[in-house]
Amino acid sequence: MGLKYLQDVVTLKLNVDKCIGCGLCVQVCPHNVFAIKEGKANILDKNSCMECGACSKNCPVSAIDVKSGVG
Amino acid sequence: MDEGCKHYWVDGFIDTPIGKIRRINTSLIARDKIDGYMVRWGINRYSFTVSPGLYAVGNPDDTAPVLVTANYKLTFDILRKELYNQNLWVIVLDTKGINVWCAAGKGTFGTNELSNRINRLQLDKVVSHRTIIVPQLGAPGVAGHEVTKNTGFKIVYGPVRAADIREFLDNGLKTTPEMREVKFSCRDRLILTPMEMIPSLKYLVIIFVLLFVLNLINPRGFDFLNTVKVSIINFIPYLGAFLIGTLFVPLLLPYIPFRSFAMKGLTLGAIWTMIYIKINGVFLFPDSQLVIAGNTLLLLSISTYLALNFTGSSTYTSLSGTLKETIVTVPIAALASIVGIGLLVASKILNFG
Repeated sequence: MGLKYLQDVVTLKLNVDKCIGCGLCVQVCPHNVFAIKEGKANILDKNSCMECGACSKNCPVSAIDVKSGVG
Repeated sequence: MDEGCKHYWVDGFIDTPIGKIRRINTSLIARDKIDGYMVRWGINRYSFTVSPGLYAVGNPDDTAPVLVTANYKLTFDILRKELYNQNLWVIVLDTKGINVWCAAGKGTFGTNELSNRINRLQLDKVVSHRTIIVPQLGAPGVAGHEVTKNTGFKIVYGPVRAADIREFLDNGLKTTPEMREVKFSCRDRLILTPMEMIPSLKYLVIIFVLLFVLNLINPRGFDFLNTVKVSIINFIPYLGAFLIGTLFVPLLLPYIPFRSFAMKGLTLGAIWTMIYIKINGVFLFPDSQLVIAGNTLLLLSISTYLALNFTGSSTYTSLSGTLKETIVTVPIAALASIVGIGLLVASKILNFG
């Protein structure tokens, strides 16, 4: 798409130790920020995150933290 | 069940263990399209709703899939027209007439509404399976694991776009990365522009009144018709700045340099303002440095501020980023506008001196 917003402002944080690799974050993210690698979630493209909060809301082990809101 | 509420797009009833369920016609008629077009301009926006509850599509049985959607009629129409020849159930949540994504952001398309709706409907008596399909853009409001705890139903997230539902169902309820990605095409941006323009018309009215009042105060005496004429022509550069912020920045978004929306607005605004300065006299402004400086500040402020507003409609801006540019932009634009108006007034006062 080529549309990128301001860099290095996003509050998204992933606690890899808590992550169980269920992949729900991958399924709900509208900008393909996550991928599962070796059984754990990875943040591939943090700057594409729009802080919608879908990942943290659906993470069953509360491994994702993001200050979400409508921007 | 709410049988008293008659919707023209209900074309029959299906008998179920919980009573008669309304069946949806999946063909849109002219009225749906006209109403949908008008609502894009804000006409009838807050009564464009569907009554919440359970609906049938085709002839679903107890094994048919269950979809969930919002009770904004525009959302509902975009969904139902993709459901032709399908047999399934649709739960419409009460999102107060707001679309899925925005309602999820506000929490009305959320865990509580979905859990309560499933339990109150007694969905477990309608279907024998325990899976419901929630649109992916509902995920910011819905915690799937909590809905499962509350209702016994497992949540599967479906595609972003209703147009992909058929393929999703055929794929055994699997989304592809393509189905999960939110885009922001030229067409997506264009259909949003009326609702950028209409709520911002108030700024144009304020500007016109300001120009009119300044033109009324004329050392050569009072001339109403001439004042109207001069004010309308004075107004053209402002109409341009307005269209930059509400139409051209949204349309040209990927092609304008800078990531910040305010900077995109300032960029196009600066080009337009330079054109204005070159031909100041064409717009019947006096040949005055004060007037040119005043108009410049106002034109730049308007195009910048209105472009920044479009972050609220975009599909990729983060709250942190929007806050960052708003905190910087709004005070500067406000101050520049006040100084700009001050310069126009000062020039008028000097004219009398």
